[in-house]
Amino acid sequence: MSRLLPVLGNIAVLVAGLAALFGLPAFAETYVIINATIFASFAILALSLALIWGYAGILCFGQAAFFGLGGYTYAVAAINFGDTTGAAALAVALPALFAALLGYFMFWGRISDVYLGVITLTVSLILYRFVNQTAGEQWNIGEAPLGGFNGIPSTPILNWPGRPGEQLAPENIFSLAAGLLILVYFGCKALLATRFGRVVVAIRENEARVALLGYDTRRYKLAIFVVGGAVAGLSGLMFANSVFVSPTMFSLPVSGQIIIWVIIGGLGTLIGPVIGCILMQVLTNWLGTLNQVPGFGWVDPNLVLGVILMVFVLLVPKGLMALAADAVRWVVRNLPFPRRGKVPEGRKGDVRSASATGSHLESVHTSPFRRFAPPSPSGGRKSSA
Amino acid sequence: MTAPILQTRGLTMRFGGVIAVNGVDFSLQEAELRCLIGPNGAGKSTFFKCLTGQLRPSHGDVLFRGHSIAGSQSHAIARHGVGIKTQVPSVFDGLSVRENVWLAAARVNPGRLADTMTDAALQRVGIGAIAGRMVGQLAHGQRQLVELAMVVAPEPDLILLDEPAAGMTDDEVDRLVDLIKELNKRHALVVVEHDMQFIRRVARTVTVFHQGAILVEGDVADILVDARVRDVYLGRQAA
Amino acid sequence: MDYAAILALQICSAVASLVLISLGLAVIFGMMRVINLAHGEFLMLGGYAAITAYNNGVNLWLAMLIVAPLTVGLFGIVVERLIIRHLYGRLIDTMLATWGLSLAMIGFVTVVFGNTVSGISAPLGSLTIGAYRTGAYEVFLVLVAAVLLVAGWAVLRFTRLGLIARGTMQNAAMAAALGVSPSLVYAVTFGVGAALSGLVGGLLAPLSGVVPTIGAAYIAKAFITVISGGAAILSGTAIASGLLGTINTAMTFAFTPVLGEVALLAAAVILLRILPQGITGRFFQRSL
Repeated sequence: MSRLLPVLGNIAVLVAGLAALFGLPAFAETYVIINATIFASFAILALSLALIWGYAGILCFGQAAFFGLGGYTYAVAAINFGDTTGAAALAVALPALFAALLGYFMFWGRISDVYLGVITLTVSLILYRFVNQTAGEQWNIGEAPLGGFNGIPSTPILNWPGRPGEQLAPENIFSLAAGLLILVYFGCKALLATRFGRVVVAIRENEARVALLGYDTRRYKLAIFVVGGAVAGLSGLMFANSVFVSPTMFSLPVSGQIIIWVIIGGLGTLIGPVIGCILMQVLTNWLGTLNQVPGFGWVDPNLVLGVILMVFVLLVPKGLMALAADAVRWVVRNLPFPRRGKVPEGRKGDVRSASATGSHLESVHTSPFRRFAPPSPSGGRKSSA
Repeated sequence: MTAPILQTRGLTMRFGGVIAVNGVDFSLQEAELRCLIGPNGAGKSTFFKCLTGQLRPSHGDVLFRGHSIAGSQSHAIARHGVGIKTQVPSVFDGLSVRENVWLAAARVNPGRLADTMTDAALQRVGIGAIAGRMVGQLAHGQRQLVELAMVVAPEPDLILLDEPAAGMTDDEVDRLVDLIKELNKRHALVVVEHDMQFIRRVARTVTVFHQGAILVEGDVADILVDARVRDVYLGRQAA
Repeated sequence: MDYAAILALQICSAVASLVLISLGLAVIFGMMRVINLAHGEFLMLGGYAAITAYNNGVNLWLAMLIVAPLTVGLFGIVVERLIIRHLYGRLIDTMLATWGLSLAMIGFVTVVFGNTVSGISAPLGSLTIGAYRTGAYEVFLVLVAAVLLVAGWAVLRFTRLGLIARGTMQNAAMAAALGVSPSLVYAVTFGVGAALSGLVGGLLAPLSGVVPTIGAAYIAKAFITVISGGAAILSGTAIASGLLGTINTAMTFAFTPVLGEVALLAAAVILLRILPQGITGRFFQRSL
């Protein structure tokens, strides 16, 4: 049973993903599809941080840097090349390269936790400031104007490979984004199951021990950081295809949002941050509309997000996935016993005899008791009568 | 006499004004078993950390089979064939016992062979029965055994054990003694321990640390009756 | 000659502004090893407190020097009691929670005051050096930065409170063993750090105006200055401010203000690569 669960989980994710991939374009209106494309590209971004923070323990406050870099690389290259295929490849490669440089700098300098956060944050701020002031002719890269504060509204849409000018329709872009999301999700799973992935997780658990076993931890951290950068670049590419690129992509709120998605969904899971991302995007959109309704002017998205983040850090530090798992366990344990207060005394003793520790009260909830109770709720009541 | 597997020359580790290890000249032969004793704060653990690259020595040199390894990175030293069990068990709490040991085995051998080595190490240390448990949930003695299995799995040439018996039950200690003797047939070992009973059971040659330097070195029977060693342990100043 | 004087003044001003915006954060980081990501919003709150008080008829100097630090200091103590104290020893969680606080404060202030710039004109008029003119208020701020550093040093060096603070900085567990309640020390520290931020926020309001999102303009620089400076509150902040402020001004004069900022950030990144524990983590370890 315990081996079956992860398999069932994977199947459920795959089915849900494919259902969205094929179902949505058939029924939904264009603006819904575009919105869903944004969600999918953000979900890929969430996966990039889920991977490097949740599994490798590298808290990057500047994941937005790779996201923005991916988007801008694509836009600039696509405008210059005419054909978008090479531009799309560059949009993944350049952020990966940048992550390699930055990572080399940080991991070979043995910069730890907080300082790493500061440096990544700083780098994304540098990029933000820099891109923000690139208005004007002198900042054109080839034929592409960087556009400063306004970004590049003329960001080209992907064309079919080898056929410049034949742009993908919004449904195709959505299918691509959703397909990539599914691919990245299972790609991350596969990566974590390899020797490399296990060493990375071990580094999160105890870096010094991994080094004492003879692994060069710097190389592993660098490699996973580069993967994270590439995935974030990919999400930037898809975002550029659903909206357009602007300096906001590099901004602190974007970096922050990614962290919120991961912490709300649950550190150390992949599906959690994806769900957290989609929930938060739906919530933010809804708050944005609610804000316009008379009487709800006090509902400010920042206020709500901030409070949610504080509540999660203080009260639900393990995130929604762990909370859901606990809830399921609680329900499984309690469903057959709606009136568990009236459990016969003699039975308690039986249950406890197996183990000397723990209180009697606890014993009512523990699994050995299930042996005595028929599975149906009515049967449960009968046994306590 | 053959070349030593491990040798330190004037090894010194200074923290600000405190000299934790002070000009230690230490030498260990191939397949030798050496016990290191000394009161708390004598510099034993710091000495180990200098050997494994967790600390960069302030002065002096560490030679492993004639190569200088002083100031090398931990992973590079481990790759030469040095395994250490640290004083506080350094394990992966969030992973299972088997995964812990597998990580150690997989460094030297990929694929199937790593699985085989993992099983062998689990059997050798006698923790096959708890292979599926999460390490974070284990008792201190069991965690010690897990770390021991991690050290043993890749078959390093030199094994450093820092207080391996701490927190173990009598049965576990018996197993540990057997294991150390068996390991010593093929590997060189340095064992730091406080428990004199334990020292008596495994030791042949003993080195006594005091105030960061080697106080005396010799046969276990002589050392345990040495007046200076007794003074050091009872807290009086050695002459 | 005038040009040199004005350049020197600009450098002093840039350094002083870094000292000012970093000091509150430095106190909290140095004493508690807590990174307060809501620091920028503490400054913002100080600015709003000063402007609101002034608009309600309070004397400008009173509003900036008394009302702003008191308001934010009290707010800081409340925050410490409600949030920070539950997260001691969990550095990352503290960063995340204070970051949530920062978002919530931005949201709240937006709701109350609206997303517009409010401002007050700088007092003290202007100052003429040869052919150049500069605001006398900016010179005043340089003096304030100097006074705060000297006063901070005197408090740490000569008072009982300072002794407890130094003890806690060196070894919190030991200070607790000597009968100083860490809980109280931390609450006071956070309050003092917040009050300093409030004071500075109030003082900067006439120069920059206030807007709910102004914290973001401060936080990165403050953050970087403190981390670059290392654990020593005063000398770390002063040295790092001196270094980074000079680089910033030099690059601004030579190129553009944006490149000045980029150079500041880049310098800090390189500095941290060389000295991962900050300047005072390597040098001047026994300084305050």
